[in-house]
This record gives sequence, structure tokens and C-alpha cells, in this order.
Amino acid sequence: MEDQELESGIVKKFIYVNRKAPHGTIYAHEALEVVLIAAAFEQDVSLAFIDDGVYQLKKGQNTDGIATKNFTKTFGALEMYDVEKLYVEKESLEERGLSEDDLSVDVEVLASSELKKLFNESEVFFNF
Amino acid sequence: MKFGVLINEGPYQHQASDTAYKFIEAAIEEGHEIFRVFFYHDGVNNGTRLATPPQDDRHIPNRWTELAEKHEIDLVLCVAAAQRRGMVDEDEMKRNSKDANNIAGKFRISGLGQLIEAGIQADRMITFGD
Amino acid sequence: MLHTINKSPFEKDSLKTCLRYAEKGSSVLFIEDAVYACTKGTNFEKQITENQENISFYVLGPDLEARGLDNSNLTNNIEIIDYKGFVKLVAENEKTQNWL
Repeated sequence: MEDQELESGIVKKFIYVNRKAPHGTIYAHEALEVVLIAAAFEQDVSLAFIDDGVYQLKKGQNTDGIATKNFTKTFGALEMYDVEKLYVEKESLEERGLSEDDLSVDVEVLASSELKKLFNESEVFFNF
Repeated sequence: MKFGVLINEGPYQHQASDTAYKFIEAAIEEGHEIFRVFFYHDGVNNGTRLATPPQDDRHIPNRWTELAEKHEIDLVLCVAAAQRRGMVDEDEMKRNSKDANNIAGKFRISGLGQLIEAGIQADRMITFGD
Repeated sequence: MLHTINKSPFEKDSLKTCLRYAEKGSSVLFIEDAVYACTKGTNFEKQITENQENISFYVLGPDLEARGLDNSNLTNNIEIIDYKGFVKLVAENEKTQNWL
């Protein structure tokens, strides 16, 4: 892949902040495509799910009836790309009446006060 | 300082592209370097050479081309996002057997790796989107 | 850290979420439709005034003017800046979070 010629040896801490619901717009889907590429670049990748972004991880999504591609299945495959740091904001889950059991993948649920520390350590932000 | 810029919205539909343009113009005036402008999501539509806005309005794609010519700015449309939305350069036209291409001057189509590279190389990364 | 917000607070929770994350000493810049968050007498004014001790608030002047607003409409102590001021904020802060 041509992109891999760009390897620079520098590893930065990337954080992808996902705040949008999954199917009404393409943002979440295309954001996940960026995450997969970032992983191929051997960067330090973390994902944070805040606000409606937590809906991206809801269990049992089936898009057969709306004729869109169910990209959310890819969250289950992130481990294969060595993307293992998924953080979900506790306040956003609670506001939406959800708990960790409602989510399709293993995540770490963090209060915003904890997630804030992760943001402070991150170097490159991509907000979707 | 080196700035990387990500633009996620199409021209005219959203102010993001205009804000980004004004920001980049000011950054150059202040002596900063624009490492790359990466267009993603509907942002790839900024790169069409087929737009014909009313004469009393700004011509957003031409404005990008002119800015890039003047200051040697790298304007990159994401290939995956561009393919979905029918943004095609000469190479993509051949590769996908299309009968036309529509990319404005100074834009190029490349992979998402170019965005990651901007994140790695630039001192500052800023996103304009919805 | 610099935080930018581009949504009207009446449309989306970006201001509220941003303020959960903006730490003491950080800057918040309102651009595009977010400039409505800076106006006096809204339900959101308190969220700004309550945080002014710890956070510096800025608004992009051209976006304000475009929407028929000026200094007289603003909540106190919000600094109006131009695009060069925006660039300066991005340069001064090591990181920028864009709350879309």
C-alpha cells in the first residue's frame, strides 16, 4: 500500500474522539476508516466515545432494513489491528440509559474527569 | 510553525471550508507553514473543477487552487471518500474505467495515510467540520 | 489546550461537553454558529460566566458581525478576535480540540 511508504519512525499518541451516532450520517463510518489506517502506521491509537458517539458501540445493530453497510461490526475486529484502547464516557452512557452491558465490545468506561487525563496525554486529536 | 488542516464539509453547504480558508490565509500571513490540507467526508467536494457558482459569489474550488498555486500548498482529497462521491482524477478515471474526471488544479487524490502523516509531521492539527 | 466550538448551543451539546473537558488555564473559542452561545440573556450565559475564573473565552469577530452581533450583545469578558488571533491561539496552545 502506497501509504506505508510514509513511515517516519515517529510514534505519536493519536486520540479519536467520536461524538456522533452511527447511521444517520457517514461521519462515524468514515472516522472508523481513519482509525484502521492509523493503526497500519503503527501509531499509538486510542478511541473515545462521548455524547451520541456511545451509540456506535450499541450491541445488536442490524442495518439490513435500511440498506446501509453495517460498519459497526468492524469495532469487533479492532483488536486484530492492535487497536485495543477504547474508552467510553460514563456520563454519556448514563444520560442515555445505557450501561457497559449494552455495548458490543470490551471498553473501559471512564468518568470525564478520568478521560480528561487521557486527553492531556494525547498528542494528536481527531474529533468526529 | 507547521499546521495540518482537516476539512470535513463540502463547499457552500457548510461554513467549514470558508473558515478553514480564512484561517489558512491568516496563518500564512503570520509566517506559518501549511504542511497539508486534507479533505475528508463531503470535504472532498471542494476539489471539483465543475462548480459554477453565481458570479456574485465566491468560487470556492478556484479559491483553493489559487491559494495553492500562490503558496505551494498540498491539497489532498481522500481517495476512499472521493470514490464514494464521484470525485475522480486522471489516474482514478483509468483505474475505475470512468468516462470523465473532475478534479480542480492543484488538488490531488491520495490515501488516508496522508492525513495520518499530517498528524505526525505537523506541529498543530486543526479540524474544520460539522 | 485550545477548544473550539462551532455549533449553536441550542442545536447541540458541544458547549456543555467541552466545558466538562476544558481545564483550568485553557481557552475556548466560539466560531461559526457557536457565536450565539456568547450572547447575553441566553440560557447558556451562566455556563460561561461560571467558568470565567478558570477559562479564557474568545469569539471570532467576523462570525459575530456576519450574524448581526457585536460587543454590546456579548456576555462580559469574552474577547473578540480575528482570524489572525485564531491562528495565534492555535500556535500558543500545544493542542487543539475541535468540538464539532
